Order: sequence, then C-alpha cells, then structure tokens
Amino acid sequence: MSLLIKGGRVVDPANGLDAVSDVLVADGAIVKVGKGLKAPEGTEAVDAKGKVVCPGLIDIHVHLREPGYEYKETIASGTRAAAAGGFTAVACMANTLPVNDNRSVTDFILAKARVEGVVRVYPIGAVTRGLKGQELAEMAELAEAGCVAFSDDGKCVMNAEIYRRAMEYALPFGTPIISHAEDEHLAHSGAMHEGLVSTELGLLGQPWAAEDVMVARDILLAELTGAHVHIAHVSTAGAVRLLREGKARGVRVTAEVTPHHLLLTDDAVRDYDPNTKVAPPLRTKRDVEAVLEGLLDGTIDCIATDHAPHELSQKEGEFGECANGVVGLETAVPLLLDRLVRAGLMDLPTLVQRLSPGPARLLNLPGGSLAQGAPGDITVLDLERAWTVEPSRFRSRARNTPFAGFTGTGAPVMTIVGGKVVTA
Amino acid sequence: MTAPKQKAEVLDGAGLDRALTRIAHEIVEQAGGADLALVGIKTRGETLAGRIAEKIAGIEGQRPAVGALDITLYRDDLGSRAEQPQVRSTEIPFPLKNMTVVLVDDVLFTGRTIRAAMDALMDLGRPRVIRLAVLVDRGHRELPIRPDYVGKNLPTSRKESIAVMLHEHDGQDRVVIQESPEE
Amino acid sequence: MRWTRKDLVSMQDIEAAEITEMLDTAGSMKEIATREIKKVPALRGKTVVNLFYEASTRTRTSFEIAGKWLSADVINFSASGSSAEKGESFLDTAKNIEAMSPDVVVVRHKAAGGPALLARHLRCSVVNAGDGAHEHPTQALLDLLTIREKKGHLEGLNVTIVGDITHSRVARSNIHGMRKMGMTVTVAGPPTLIPPACQEMGVKVSHRLEEAIAHADVIMMLRLQHERMTGGFIPSLREYSRVWGLGLDRLKHCRPDVLIMHPGPVNRGVEISPEVADSQYSVILDQVTNGVAVRMAVLYLLAGGKAS
Repeated sequence: MSLLIKGGRVVDPANGLDAVSDVLVADGAIVKVGKGLKAPEGTEAVDAKGKVVCPGLIDIHVHLREPGYEYKETIASGTRAAAAGGFTAVACMANTLPVNDNRSVTDFILAKARVEGVVRVYPIGAVTRGLKGQELAEMAELAEAGCVAFSDDGKCVMNAEIYRRAMEYALPFGTPIISHAEDEHLAHSGAMHEGLVSTELGLLGQPWAAEDVMVARDILLAELTGAHVHIAHVSTAGAVRLLREGKARGVRVTAEVTPHHLLLTDDAVRDYDPNTKVAPPLRTKRDVEAVLEGLLDGTIDCIATDHAPHELSQKEGEFGECANGVVGLETAVPLLLDRLVRAGLMDLPTLVQRLSPGPARLLNLPGGSLAQGAPGDITVLDLERAWTVEPSRFRSRARNTPFAGFTGTGAPVMTIVGGKVVTA
Repeated sequence: MTAPKQKAEVLDGAGLDRALTRIAHEIVEQAGGADLALVGIKTRGETLAGRIAEKIAGIEGQRPAVGALDITLYRDDLGSRAEQPQVRSTEIPFPLKNMTVVLVDDVLFTGRTIRAAMDALMDLGRPRVIRLAVLVDRGHRELPIRPDYVGKNLPTSRKESIAVMLHEHDGQDRVVIQESPEE
Repeated sequence: MRWTRKDLVSMQDIEAAEITEMLDTAGSMKEIATREIKKVPALRGKTVVNLFYEASTRTRTSFEIAGKWLSADVINFSASGSSAEKGESFLDTAKNIEAMSPDVVVVRHKAAGGPALLARHLRCSVVNAGDGAHEHPTQALLDLLTIREKKGHLEGLNVTIVGDITHSRVARSNIHGMRKMGMTVTVAGPPTLIPPACQEMGVKVSHRLEEAIAHADVIMMLRLQHERMTGGFIPSLREYSRVWGLGLDRLKHCRPDVLIMHPGPVNRGVEISPEVADSQYSVILDQVTNGVAVRMAVLYLLAGGKAS
C-alpha cells in the first residue's frame, strides 16, 4: 500500500530540509522526498497544499495505565489520543499495576499494543522492583523483552547507592535511565510550588530545591558511572542551570520539559482547580522563562507531555487530596504551535526537532526523520486550523486538563503510522 | 435617577413646631400621670421623640423616658430585596413593663413599619399600653393600624411621597409633598 | 458599598467598604445579646446548615447561636474526616445537603479551598468557617470589631501577630483584613513558622519577640499546636514557650494601652501565661462575644437578599 503526500511544506530537521515537497511512502517506509513525484498505480494521494509535513512526532513520557488502571486509560484509548494529537509513537512508563518490572508485563503491553494500539508503543521498564527503590529490577530481561529505557517515574529513587548500581548495571544495554527528580523529604507531599501563592492559598508547597537537589545528584551519578541519565519533566530555573553546567562538563545527561511547564505558572492554581495539580508543580514566571530558554538553546533536549490520565473523582474535591497529573497528548501540539511558534518564541523546525528526531535519538528509536528507508511515520499540521480545547471530546478516557476552554490556531490534522493513516 | 419634584409645602418650621406642641399636650392629657416613655422609630422618629420629650418636660416639669427603635430586623419585606437593608442599633435603656409607651414616627403610610415596631417592642418587654404618635398621616393603610396622635392628616396619591425635613438631619424644618415614582 | 455577594469565602476577596458594613451591622446586632428575649425575626424561615468536617465546638456554637437569635433554623452536620475516609466525596455531601434547600451552608474543612469549591457549585450562600491553613474570615471580622470598639478606630494601628503563622488561617485572614483597613501588620515567630514569601503579603517579619511587640497597639497570640514538634518546626514546647511566650515580664515593655488578643483555645502557659490571659489588657472574652454579633451580621447580609 502506498501513499503520496503532495505539495506540503516538508519540515525534516534531521535532514536539514524545510521546503515545499512531496513525500512518497510504500510498504510502511519512506521511499522518497522530492518535488513533482510521480506515484505508482494504486497509490493513495493526500493533498497537503498549505499544510506542514514532518516526521511523526514522538512522546517519550506517557502513562498508558494498562495493565491495572484501565478505568483511567487503556493502551487503546491512550494511543487513539496520541494519534489525535499528532503523535506516531509513545513510550509508556512502568508505574502500571503490576509494575512493569518483569518481562511478562512488558510482553503483555507489547501484545496489547500490537492488537489495539493505534500508534507505536515503546515500553519503559522499572529501575527497581515494584518501584520500591530497594532492589534492582531484572533489567537485562526487560531490555531483551523490548524496554527502551528504565524509570521509576512517579517516584524518585531516593537511595543514591541503589541508583548508582542501577545506572552501572544498565550500561551494556544502551538504555537510558529516566529520572523523576524529587527529594521525597524536601517535597513532603507539598501540593503545589512553595512560594507566595502557596502561602496565600494556605496550601503546603514543595520548594524548588526538592527538584534541584535530585537533579544535581543524578547529574553527578551520571558523571560517576558514565551512564546516560535523562531528567524527566524539568521545571525549575535551577535545574536548567545544573543541566547546562553538567552538559558543558561532558556528562551524558539529557532532559525533557512538558507543555504545561512551558505555558503555566503557579498563579493557575489560585482557584484550587485540581486540574492544575501536577508533579513537579507549576512554578513561577522566572522558572517558565528559564525552561523555555533551556529548550531553545538545547539544554533541554525535547518536549514530552507526561500524559497522566486520572478518573474524575480523583481530580475533583479537596485540592491537597487529589491525584497529581494532567493529560497532554491531545493538547500539546496545538498549544505549542500557537503559544510558541505562532507567538514567535520558537521557529517551526526547532519545535519539530524537539518533538521528533530529538526524542527518537534519546531513546534510540526508529523514526524522527523522512530519509529514505525511515519508518513511514508522518504528522501533517495545519498552521491555520483554529481550535478550542474541549475535554468532553477527548479520545482519551480522561478529562483532567488545565487547558479547558483555551483557544488558538495551529493543529495536527493527519497522523500516519507505517504508511497508514490512523486519524481522519 | 432625577431628584423628586416638589409639589407643595405642607408644613413650615413654625407649623411643624405647633403640631408637636399640640401632640405633646395630647399625650400628657391621655397619660393622666402614668409612667410614660416615648420610643422613636429610627431615624426621624427618634428625633421627633426627642423634641416631644422636651416639650413634655416643659409642661410637666419632668422629661419622660426616651428610647430609639430600629425595626429593620422585623421588616416583612426582608429577603425580597436585592440587598439587605442597613441595620442600625436599638437603644431602649429602661424596662418596658407597666409603661405607657408612645411610638413616634414621622410619616404613617401603609402601617407596616408600625406593625414591625410593635413586634420589636413585644420582644423587648410587655408595655401596659402602646400608643402611636405621627407627624403626618398620608393614608393608604394596608394593615388595620390607626394613630392616636396626628400632627397633620394629608391625603396623598400613590404617585406622591412626603418628605419630612428636620434641621438635625436636613438643615431645616419643613414637610413637603413630592411627585416621585414608586420604588 | 452595600453587601451583594452570595458567599463569604475569604478576606482577600472583599473590600474595605464591605468590611466596614459588616462591622457596622455587627455592632448594631450586639444589643440583642442584652435582651431578655434574644430573638429577632429577621431570618425566620431560613435554614442554615453548619457543615463541620473539623471538630470545633466553639465556632460551631457561635454560628448556631447567631442563626437562632435571628430566628433561622440551624442544622448541625458533623462529617468526620476526609472524603477518602468517609467514602462519600466532599462535593457529593455538599450537593446532597443542597438538595434539602438550605439558604446558607457554613463550612469548616481541614483542606484549603473547600469553601471556594462549594461556593462555585452550590446555589445557596456559603460561609467559610475555616478551611485548612487558608482563611477564617469571621474570625478576622470579630477581631477587627473588637479592636475598633476598644480603640475607636482601625486605621494607623500597629498589630503584631505572634506564633505559628505558617499553619494559621486566622493569621492570613487578619493580615488581609487589617491591611485593607489601613493597619500595619508585623508577624513574629521562629523562621520555621513564618511561611515562604510572607513579606510579599505586605507585612513586616520579625524573629525577635521583644522587638516585635514593643510598639504594638494590639498583640495577637496564636495557638501553638502540639503537632509542630514533629516535622522539625520547633525543638520543644519548653523552648518555644521560653522564647515566644507572652508573660507579665514581657508585657511590662509594651504600650500601657496595648490590647492582648487570642483566637482561642488558649494553651495557658505555652504561648500566653495565665496572668496575661486574665489581665486587664486581655480582650479575649470580648472577642468571643463579638463572634456571635459578627456571625449574626454575616448570616443577615448573606441570607437575606435574593441573588440578582
């Protein structure tokens, strides 16, 4: 089955391309990118005039919740949400039930994804058994089963000795360790960022130092072991500074940032809306400016949504008792196209880089490029498409977003995985 | 909202004073020496009660007890307005038992204010008898209430209103009829 | 400015003119406490539900008396613990109560933000009787009424609030209210009990008690909760009391016309000595009396008007 995408603005940063071209896909792979391509018999044609055509976007931090929390999300609903959001691949975290700390869970996830997944699914295995932070998970077997990285995300591995051993142990597999940097004691279950807003709201906050202390530790452990450590959901100015210094010293540390940490501050919490309760919490304007600067200069390597679906009852009621997390797959690309690209803060090729080849390279995933032979994963964007965030129309099972009612211009309009269109 | 249009002066300063003097004499005559208290309904009733008390002091050589009553909390129209009316304080620093209480107000209209005042007085004690003195009775009663002492009877239409001005509040003493829309 | 709000959730949201109206109305209500028949018909036929998730006999009783003296029907609903413990969610409980058509729900909850949530979802009026460490607006109003009565005015007065500011909703409500009324506020306590960015609320911060109370017209002592000794806030009750407790010896250095206040209940011998609590400077019992008057004013102003 072949597909010819005609006349779109092809933005392929991995190959230095940003020009109006055609893209030909066949047998699930990119055949050729060029002007005036002729399609063989039986090729489906897609008119992309006025649109942007780029390598499929990849979200390397997603919670698909299956197995165990299917009432929040499933592999089926989560990947449908990903496709609607313009993503052709997601990497899913290990904090399922049971935890993905042994290959039977990895096998289950991959099998489900093969049958019900709408986009590519790459499992991330646990660092420690049960995410308890005490004993190493069987990482060799997990890697063999198909895990692309290891992470206890949701929790921080508090014991530095255990974490060091995990980094060393995983070295031969080439799988990065993804770090949820949050000192449990300093953070003391603070429901939001510690500052003027938390003081006025009477809510317990967690200081920026709870994150920075662990970012510093993780960078030093990476330096000690030579491991590739990837810091998840960076949110503070201090963390960006530490990353910059670490990278300058040659440490193999990389980082990601979420759309909500690029766009919202702790002022968003003033109404006590539980849809603004996230970990790490929404921070100050200074932090938002710093992470954007870090994303622009490459200190932060990619954008990842940390899509964290929750059921309604867990995001309604007393703020301090609600679950942490917001969904992101369906809101990320539209928001970033409007609030970063359209606003002139970031150019489109850089955004595509941070959402496609960037993440692909970090986890050694196929994709991120439209070179010949690359997977036929493509995202088509319409920079003029007007949108309003309507949670009731999400493909995800969950509705917990802080962006309900937001409007903007620019959205994904078609997602293609392995040469097949998976959205309208 | 435009200021209400004055139509006619009904009492000037001198006329008002003569009316109060006559009321004071009538109260004293009917009281026949019993323990007397004047309770003025806030705000202008209170002022009038004070003046009548002075005149009674002049006649009898002894000033009657004087109190002030705020009837806001007893109104029958609470809860049907967009804003709660302002509550002022009630000052009745003497027991009401066995007293002849004369309620004093500036204008008697529907009678609802007096009904509220009587309920308030009953909550404060048990007077021997309650009587009513008003400066102006403008008719249009909605309840079976009648005054015992009246300064001036003034039939009015519903489209009119009465403004009682007292120099303690308004810099002059006079009573005028105004044309104004119903609230 | 006349009161037109449906709810009273926080002092931070209301304006100086509204505070003045509350205080004036409360002042007028005080006389009712002196009557033999303590009842006026103003809220006859109105239903007030006290929805108290935190045990609090004194505040609940104060609201109950206030409602009953206004002839309202007052119902007490004690819900224990958090919604997680109960099984029924906080919002569900509130909606169930609303289905019985109350006019006012007075809510106390240990989680900040609860009353704001109810105010958004319920059609009836919501009064915050204390939500976690966030606010306790009627306490601040009764404190302001007490100060105004004793001093004759509010503007220009110096107030020092001493103690565990971090966990205190009374402190927060008073800071907002006092600043709006033109008073100068100093908070004093060990650094561990002063919340982050506190100065940005417009108050002075002091870590030395003597200095903080020397020129104060009003000193408000806060209760130290025993839980503060875990979590590293203070090393011991003994040390706290020695460094931060207000006894007669420290009082000697204060202004001769100083007012001593405390929201209660008082930990005698910890934050305040029995001699000071019972001294002529203390207006602690006046605060309690004014609490009923203030709550009558709040119920009267909220329960009456039709939300237009």
